[in-house]
Amino acid sequence: MLNIIKSGFYTTVQDTGRFGYREKGVPVSGVMDSFSVSKINTLLENDENSAVLEITMTGPSLEFEQDTYIVLGGAEMSVTLNDINIENYKVYKVNGGDILTYGKLLKGFRAYLGIKDGFKTASVLGSRSLYKPITEGDSIKKMSSLPYTTCKQFNPKISELKVDSVLEKIKLEVFKGPEYKLLTDNQLAQLFYREFSVANENNRMAYQLNEVIEGNKISMLTSATLPGTIQLTPAGKLIILMKDGQTTGGYPRILQLSDMAMSILAQKRSGDHISFKLK
Amino acid sequence: MSSFKISVRQFGVHAILVEWPNRVEESILDEILQFIQYLKKNHLDEKEWEFVPAYNSLTLICKDTVLDFDYFKPKIKEWYAIKGKIEPATRYLWRLPVSYDLEFGLDLEEISGQLGLSVERLIELHSQSIYTVYGIGFLPGFMYLGGVPEALEVPRKPTPRPKVLKGSVGLAGKQTGIYPQDSPGGWNIIGKCPVPMFDVKKENPCFVKVGDKIQFYPISMAEYQLHKIEGEVGIYNLEKKVLDA
Repeated sequence: MLNIIKSGFYTTVQDTGRFGYREKGVPVSGVMDSFSVSKINTLLENDENSAVLEITMTGPSLEFEQDTYIVLGGAEMSVTLNDINIENYKVYKVNGGDILTYGKLLKGFRAYLGIKDGFKTASVLGSRSLYKPITEGDSIKKMSSLPYTTCKQFNPKISELKVDSVLEKIKLEVFKGPEYKLLTDNQLAQLFYREFSVANENNRMAYQLNEVIEGNKISMLTSATLPGTIQLTPAGKLIILMKDGQTTGGYPRILQLSDMAMSILAQKRSGDHISFKLK
Repeated sequence: MSSFKISVRQFGVHAILVEWPNRVEESILDEILQFIQYLKKNHLDEKEWEFVPAYNSLTLICKDTVLDFDYFKPKIKEWYAIKGKIEPATRYLWRLPVSYDLEFGLDLEEISGQLGLSVERLIELHSQSIYTVYGIGFLPGFMYLGGVPEALEVPRKPTPRPKVLKGSVGLAGKQTGIYPQDSPGGWNIIGKCPVPMFDVKKENPCFVKVGDKIQFYPISMAEYQLHKIEGEVGIYNLEKKVLDA
């Protein structure tokens, strides 16, 4: 078991997501920055769907009960394992009784903790990703504990990966969305020739942007939306749906983020700048 | 031969959007459901693909792979042209109990005034109509229902409520439906349904599917309480009837 001594601002268990229930209105969920998590699970030689902890803004304090191996990734935070500083994308052995403590956020917004073979929390509708009300809660609470399997011996093929700066980019690659062709020249100019900043309304469901563009007069029937879909409201607000985003919507879907752009955006917080580049 | 012209569009790298004419129409929904059935049987493995129908569109989402849209665009048009008449999955008419008690129907009196109908007549009209499920989305188990009689068309509330209780039955514009969980919402609340619309403990967490039909029937407060307990322990029995294709 991993005991949660302190939970942090918003710490959740996520895997690659809950597939097969979107026709019933269930968001796919899953890790926000899949680029970073895939590196973590590769280092641990885990199945790509192994559940990790997603740690937003401020991190938890954790106590390991059994021996295992861990890898940190995503946002850079100052993290200590029994008072010794440890870094992202390196395999570390932990022993029963060890304490992992997260400190200051240095770069990015969402950090990840991967563990050998993944966390073994309950799977609901085929996924361990927390999403209320499909699961009882949406984040982990102080004093709770998360199961994992003991691993005493692991010789990783690769023991560390380089930290690259791709997530610090501000330019997000986008595809044309289904309603792209209905945009006016004025709207296109506003979309592609300026920077936007992330609004305070940003979470696992959606990121809103502070700046507005010319609103839309397009009326459409409700249709499917995806993680990464950028909707334009009648008032000209841009809403970028994220992993817990609703599965259908009635606003024009003007752009669609690439998978890499989703990971980049997941590392942005209120006030950070982004811009769009058509792929 | 299929009678509608469809458009096929790329939607990111993992999804394809197929669209029918921009209308709310039963015959379009039938075509979409038949096409889903055809694709599942012949071309797209259900383990790898998700099929999301809504009104006049079908979104095909592929789990991991980056799709070769140049391959799929002509293929989907070709498959649609040759699919012929397919039996869609069995469709049901579900009869759902609703207590229209004023304790639950927070806006009943207000909109009865706006519509110029007595509360009794309003309930009668709402529960006599048969509604079609055109989509499920927004929240897990939230149905987009079509078929609201004109006499019941009433605007949304000017200010949404910060919290509408799970099970609340709402009415707004041409739409009616049930809030499957506590949620903010701007629809007029006219009653409450004790049957959970989404239950993760069930193998099929949401008994309704797109294409099914819904009819509400009024129940007393005592019946509401009974069904509510049944719903909580998961032993409710719903009235359903197979619909002819």
